[in-house]
Amino acid sequence: MCLAIPMKLVERTEFEGIVELDGVRRRVSLMLLPDAEVGDHVLVHTGYAIGKVDEREAAEILELFRRYADEGIHEFGEEPPGAPGEEP
Amino acid sequence: MSGDPFRDRRTVAGLAREIAAVARDLPRPVTLMEVCGTHTHAIAEAGLRRMMPGNVRLVSGPGCPVCVTPVSWLDRAIALGREPGTVLATFGDLVRVPSSAGTLEEHRAAGGRVEVVYSPRDAVEFAAAHPDLRVVFLAVGFETTAPPIAAALAEAEARGITNFLLLPGNKTMPGPLAALADAVDGFLMPGHVSVIVGAEAWRFLPERHGVSAAVAGFTPADVLAAILALLGRIVRGEPGLDNLYGRVVTPEGNRPAQELLARTFEPVDAEWRGLGVLPGSGLGLREELARRDASRIPVELPEPREPAGCRCGDVLRGEIDPPACPLFARACTPENPVGACMVSSEGACAAWYRHERWAREEAE
Ligand code: SF4
Repeated sequence: MCLAIPMKLVERTEFEGIVELDGVRRRVSLMLLPDAEVGDHVLVHTGYAIGKVDEREAAEILELFRRYADEGIHEFGEEPPGAPGEEP
Repeated sequence: MSGDPFRDRRTVAGLAREIAAVARDLPRPVTLMEVCGTHTHAIAEAGLRRMMPGNVRLVSGPGCPVCVTPVSWLDRAIALGREPGTVLATFGDLVRVPSSAGTLEEHRAAGGRVEVVYSPRDAVEFAAAHPDLRVVFLAVGFETTAPPIAAALAEAEARGITNFLLLPGNKTMPGPLAALADAVDGFLMPGHVSVIVGAEAWRFLPERHGVSAAVAGFTPADVLAAILALLGRIVRGEPGLDNLYGRVVTPEGNRPAQELLARTFEPVDAEWRGLGVLPGSGLGLREELARRDASRIPVELPEPREPAGCRCGDVLRGEIDPPACPLFARACTPENPVGACMVSSEGACAAWYRHERWAREEAE
């Protein structure tokens, strides 16, 4: 539940951004990470970017969370990535 | 590339051997505690407990936010939900947790309005779209989750959405860690809580309590590396803080999030399941936000009642492992959970049920 999912920031305005994961885009608030830049991998928790990670770390966290997601370990209220239908 | 299972397995096996070697020099049997639902799960899934030498015990502490939320708080939430014109907005994790008066799911089935949201912002939008309703957001979670809730509240303030309220229930980790420090020889610190508060926030553990702390990532190898660091410090008699997740966690943490927290909340005494009331361990709304505070709305509360026979509180203190609960894997399973530690997928009982039922069989 304290999980934060790494996603790539692909667009931003002053307080808002668009993050992408597996081609799925979602709105994210940048209120808690005002200096995030387009292209950064950001940790997203309950709709807010809370920290940055590098690309390699992002891939590692994602892989782990996909595994855990099968057992319902997920971010608060989150449809976990790798949920049925999303796996390649 | 990450995720090479063979590389992972080699690393894990190598670390396990190093742990076994260091453990031979331990002056006494030790207990190491993790306080993070994801660590609970990583340890259970990878079978790390079984890899530990006989003198190293790994336990789960109060790291699952849903599990530590006391029954009395949930009683208040449901009582508020029964007020006319009130909608409860909540993270999905809470809906099956038992209160003295049933679960939120049952409250909804009985006609109560419950909106399950992914983000506290969704609850703000819901309030904006339903100005005639009072929307009470059930604010639970540790330092990772409190800043998004504070940010959502700030947005409601800025947009003049006055029908969005919080039932404050967020908690902070230092209180329970201090309370448990005497019973534990080392702490594994949660990665994503540390992203917000910064690794230095745990410095008080070695300095004031003489207990080492290691900030750890989430892979089995990450967890083992942190265990190795803790054992090394115990053997050397040098309590300290190690940040083994420096690729993600900075010493100072997320400053904008910390500032927003300080503008929104203030520390209050808070009740934890299994630990009682811990001074300054909860986040109450500041006086100037009193009109946003649903805990100020008078409601009638039942006598708080935990599910009969559930030992979740003892589990959360690390006093017993889940198989020591007589209901474990009998009356209490993830499909028919009795207590919060089984309801939450991050709870120690749920993790043990999925991966470590061998312990139950061995005990018999
Ligand atoms: S197994 Fe079930 S009843 Fe026993 S402590 Fe865990 S949650 Fe409570």
